[in-house]
Amino acid sequence: MIRRSVLALASAVILATTSAFAEGVIKLGAISPKTGPLAGGAVVTQWPNIQLWVEQVNAVGGLNVGGEMMTIDLIEYDDKTNPGEHIKLAQRLATQDKVDFVVAPYGTGFNIASAPIYGKFGYPMIAVSAITDKVDELTGRYPNLFFTLGTTTAFVEGVKSILMEQRDAGAIGNEIAMVNVADAFGIELADKARELFTAEGFKIVYDKSYPLGTPDLSPVMKGAKDSGAKAFIAWSYPPDSFGLAEQAIIEDLDVNVYYSAVATSFPAFSNAFGSKINNVLGAGGTNVDDPKIAEYREAHLKITGKVADYWASANTYAALQILEQAIVGAATLDREVVTQYIKDNTFDTVMGDLNFKNNFSNTFWSVGQWQDGVFRGVKGSNVDGAVDVRLKDGWK
Amino acid sequence: MKRSNWQELIWAAVITILAAFWPMLANGYWLGIGVDVMMYVALATSWVLFSGPTHYISLASAAFFGVGGFIVGTGMSDYGTSFWSMLALSAVVGAILAALIGLATLRLSGVYFVIFTLGLAEMIRNLVSWVQNNFLGSRGLYVLTDFSDEHLFWMLLVTSCSIYLVGWIISRSRLGFAMRIIGGNETVARHVGINTSMAKVILFTTTGLFGAIVGAIIAPRWSYIEPNQVFSPQLSFFVVIMALLGGSGRLWGPVVGVIPFLLIWNWVDANFPNQSILVLGLAFLLIVYALPNGFVGRIEDLHNKMKRHS
Repeated sequence: MIRRSVLALASAVILATTSAFAEGVIKLGAISPKTGPLAGGAVVTQWPNIQLWVEQVNAVGGLNVGGEMMTIDLIEYDDKTNPGEHIKLAQRLATQDKVDFVVAPYGTGFNIASAPIYGKFGYPMIAVSAITDKVDELTGRYPNLFFTLGTTTAFVEGVKSILMEQRDAGAIGNEIAMVNVADAFGIELADKARELFTAEGFKIVYDKSYPLGTPDLSPVMKGAKDSGAKAFIAWSYPPDSFGLAEQAIIEDLDVNVYYSAVATSFPAFSNAFGSKINNVLGAGGTNVDDPKIAEYREAHLKITGKVADYWASANTYAALQILEQAIVGAATLDREVVTQYIKDNTFDTVMGDLNFKNNFSNTFWSVGQWQDGVFRGVKGSNVDGAVDVRLKDGWK
Repeated sequence: MKRSNWQELIWAAVITILAAFWPMLANGYWLGIGVDVMMYVALATSWVLFSGPTHYISLASAAFFGVGGFIVGTGMSDYGTSFWSMLALSAVVGAILAALIGLATLRLSGVYFVIFTLGLAEMIRNLVSWVQNNFLGSRGLYVLTDFSDEHLFWMLLVTSCSIYLVGWIISRSRLGFAMRIIGGNETVARHVGINTSMAKVILFTTTGLFGAIVGAIIAPRWSYIEPNQVFSPQLSFFVVIMALLGGSGRLWGPVVGVIPFLLIWNWVDANFPNQSILVLGLAFLLIVYALPNGFVGRIEDLHNKMKRHS
């Protein structure tokens, strides 16, 4: 009995002290999928980085905001990959929870859907997992929205320059086999690729799409193989990037250049296929030899227990670093001042020095390649450490 | 016409006027909930329009909703058309689509019809993706407008009222009478000379038309339209559960189902974020075991009891 009342007293004291310090707290809201179609990507790229950053900041006593140390209080919601749900939760964050800042959502559509709400309340949104060609129109409309991962065109350009280099080197001819997932981003990329590739004299000898979530990619791969093209490009999503690789192994697809888009950079991709996918190209990339990136990846593994993906993970973490430095630099929680600070300054992040021109940060990787168990960046914009592209040599 | 009919209509008018003031009272989160409520009131009322009298359980709401959203998205994003013309177009397309589907499937009954409508949203989603992929190309469908939640709330309120009025008129017409006979016993209805399939097709068409309008109005709220989001099967189930919870015997039934359901759903969602889907299951159990005729059935029971006592 005595022990119980001592415990109660102790917890009361703890409660009292925490509430006494409640003033020194920055409320941070984060809404991203934990369930639904986009959850697979968000639990790899989005959530672990939020966890990592919050734990790191709180471990050193919080952020120094004009002389006062303020810890981060994270409020997180699952949008179930449903835009209606997301909008409602965004309103809840802004008007019920009254958070001080937000983490930009995961997915192009969700960033755009929540931009009007966050804009109304003046939250700066440093979007990462959002790739679009409409950056100017969107940032013109929502001046608080920032983009950091590149544009659709930039991604296709990265692949195009690899194809042109390899054609000059004689590794591939003019023929390309190209497939895409028949869903928003896959269609958008394929559309752009048709335009850019043919303008450079390439012939797309095999051009096929498949529905999202199709269980059988074998006909697609057989068709690509029969076309005889030495370059295979797939504008694919997480489930089918894996499915295509599996079929390529079964069919022993004989190409020198093999590219599949989203999720190729996930550690799970390498875990699933091991050395067989050596020299596979994919969207993204990172420079693991950069000491800052190496340190970040080590902390990521230690704190979240997961290996960081080789693409947007670092950008997601960098976006949080920008927010951190802007709050500390502006020395206030005033969102308008912090937003302006983001526009006016350069930030020292794991992705190097980042700054925004018209709300767009032009520092990102566009193409990477699995080279002996590590997915290294081979093409990018304003990034250091790009390695040479290697030719795909069998599926062993 | 009976006095009670007019009474009902006056009540509906009073509630509508009161609802119209909601955006003045609430903002932010609660206005957002209001938009959600209005969206589901409209969808569930239009569902009851057809499924109430006929007892055909339709899971096609997402299909029509998606068509509306997709048309607004494509028109505004790729062809620079105005929102209003696309709203009109989606109503027309929704109606035509529903009529075609109705003609093809309303001879099916019972469980076959349910399964078909469940597959419909998925089928249209794939069709839309195929058309985008092969003919239109996609640059992401952006619906960027200056509408705020107030505007969408009022538009949905007007839509809900229109659905209610259409339903009110139909239920007092020969068509409504025919529908009730079909719901009671379809064979009997045929034998007394009712063209049952035509009657069903007409009603199903109105459901499709309003479903597409609601989808079109919600599109600006989502700002970015992807086929696999607007054609979400979850929406169809929500609509059915809310309509049944309220009671499908009356046109105003969904209103009393939607509001408590969404309030509980949001409360659970905010406090136990991973358990919200449980609410769906509990609502189902509640309907089956305790409220076979929904809240409306309960309210009418009580009303009758009170009458007998007095």
